[in-house]
Amino acid sequence: MAAIETEDLSKDFLVGFWRPRPYRALDRLTLSVAEGEVFGFLGPNGAGKSTTLKLLMQLLYPTSGTAHILGRPAGDASVKQRIGFLPENPYFYDHLTAEELLSYFARLFGLRGADVARRVSSVLDDVGIASERRLRLRQYSKGMIQRVGLAQALLNEPDVVFLDEPMSGLDPLGRRHVRQIMLRLRDRGCTVFFSSHILSDAEALCSRVAILAQGRLVASGHLSEILAFELRGWELVVANLSDALRAAIAPRVRGITALARGRFTIELPPEESPDRFLHELGSRGAQVVSLNPLRETLEDYFVQSVGAVESRQTGL
Amino acid sequence: MALVAQAVFKESVRDRVPYSMVAFAVLIIAASYLISQLTAGQDMKILKDLGLAAIAAFGLLIAVFIGINLVSKEVERRSVFAVLAKPLSRPQFILGKYFGLVLTLVVNLSVMTLAFYAVLLYVDFTTDPLLKTAWPAPALDPRLVVAVILIVAELMLVTAIALFFSTFASPLLSALLTLGVWVAGHFNADLRNFETVLDVRPVALLARAVYYALPNLAPFNVRAEVVHGVAVPVSHTALTLAYAAVYISILLFGAIAVFRRRDFK
Repeated sequence: MAAIETEDLSKDFLVGFWRPRPYRALDRLTLSVAEGEVFGFLGPNGAGKSTTLKLLMQLLYPTSGTAHILGRPAGDASVKQRIGFLPENPYFYDHLTAEELLSYFARLFGLRGADVARRVSSVLDDVGIASERRLRLRQYSKGMIQRVGLAQALLNEPDVVFLDEPMSGLDPLGRRHVRQIMLRLRDRGCTVFFSSHILSDAEALCSRVAILAQGRLVASGHLSEILAFELRGWELVVANLSDALRAAIAPRVRGITALARGRFTIELPPEESPDRFLHELGSRGAQVVSLNPLRETLEDYFVQSVGAVESRQTGL
Repeated sequence: MALVAQAVFKESVRDRVPYSMVAFAVLIIAASYLISQLTAGQDMKILKDLGLAAIAAFGLLIAVFIGINLVSKEVERRSVFAVLAKPLSRPQFILGKYFGLVLTLVVNLSVMTLAFYAVLLYVDFTTDPLLKTAWPAPALDPRLVVAVILIVAELMLVTAIALFFSTFASPLLSALLTLGVWVAGHFNADLRNFETVLDVRPVALLARAVYYALPNLAPFNVRAEVVHGVAVPVSHTALTLAYAAVYISILLFGAIAVFRRRDFK
């Protein structure tokens, strides 16, 4: 059974005051996410990612199509009991402390008595704000609110968790922490469906991704299927590169870029042998600092996919 | 639903709504002192009138200004997203919000009524027995409670009106609409017999329709009777409470129907 399934899911919004006309925010999205997957839902701003998540949470009603979670229609009470949801840029009752808010939500999940305190403590520890549990949320920073949002999504030990831009507002340490939490969720068999436009996160975490642009699914699949991982060339960082040597190698390389402290980046085409090049540079007084292979990244794929849709749209 | 109601109550306490009770107590004590200095014989009547009017006015402020924000603030600030993703239906959310504010009102009005009775007791204790003979009713008249119960019922109805508007309109528009309905509800008896003002049948029929559609709030105000020691028939109280229950139910059904269909962008 798929954890999440949508079929021809579409959403139109009416825009315009005097003569409202439909604007299609999501267009016939068909998607299936298997249980236990970490699934990245990617796309530029305004692509329809949040709209899809809201349709799955039944905060929006679809214009057409269907959405199922754990085999039941989205919005079903039994489904809500088994899922967690972190909205984008979450806002919570700021007159409450984190502990009070989470206790309230835990009770909405049917927890009572000591179970509430136990579960609340556990998620506060998980997201790293245990020591601030008794501060009112109006005193929290954006990153701390994001952590509270994550905590409330994990309260019921969900089978499926939906995270809308979970890294938003977090510092590098916080992002790393959230990535670890997502991997722990995956390890205990939880399905993680998260939207993001930070591709490095998706690349580090996801088994599968879908890319959305202008409300349409433009690509989906395993990262290994989507990305050919072909060698695109080599990147060298060198020091002590004389002007004469630079002029000599220029016709054989893709580009030479000056860096700080007299260093240069040299990009080699894939057919050029790096060994021979390294030997040549070394024999003529240059010092090689690093050498890295260049492969296709998710970012390259994303730019190609989204760019193709946008250029079709604009006719350029 | 009970959890949502508790949350609303807690929010109102944290947002310092109980300060209104302190303001009420100060106002009523100051007024009683001034009145006792200025009048003789009439002081108890004025004091009761002022006390009941103040209870109604403070209650109205709470009902309208919290009521209009009950749903619209949640939607505007998007706190509703996380709440509705929990195992809580939209009707439970609306009913929880409503009963939470009703609980706030009941607690506030109970405390205000106790403060009011404390002032009356003080005035009763310090007034010359000879002057008391001019009072139309005893100071601690239990009929005052009937007036307060009808005020609570009226405020529950006003809360339901505010909540209904709050499910689809902005807080400002909700406030204007709620206060508009409250004013019209107190003066809509004129609409019933509009033909005596303007003898045009379609207009009179329209006025009659508006009269039946708008809540009739005049029967909830028995303050004049109670202050003057006139008995309020039990049948009037019972019918008015039943009317409030029916009207509130219709408004809550309406609020749920609107909220159920809403998209949260």
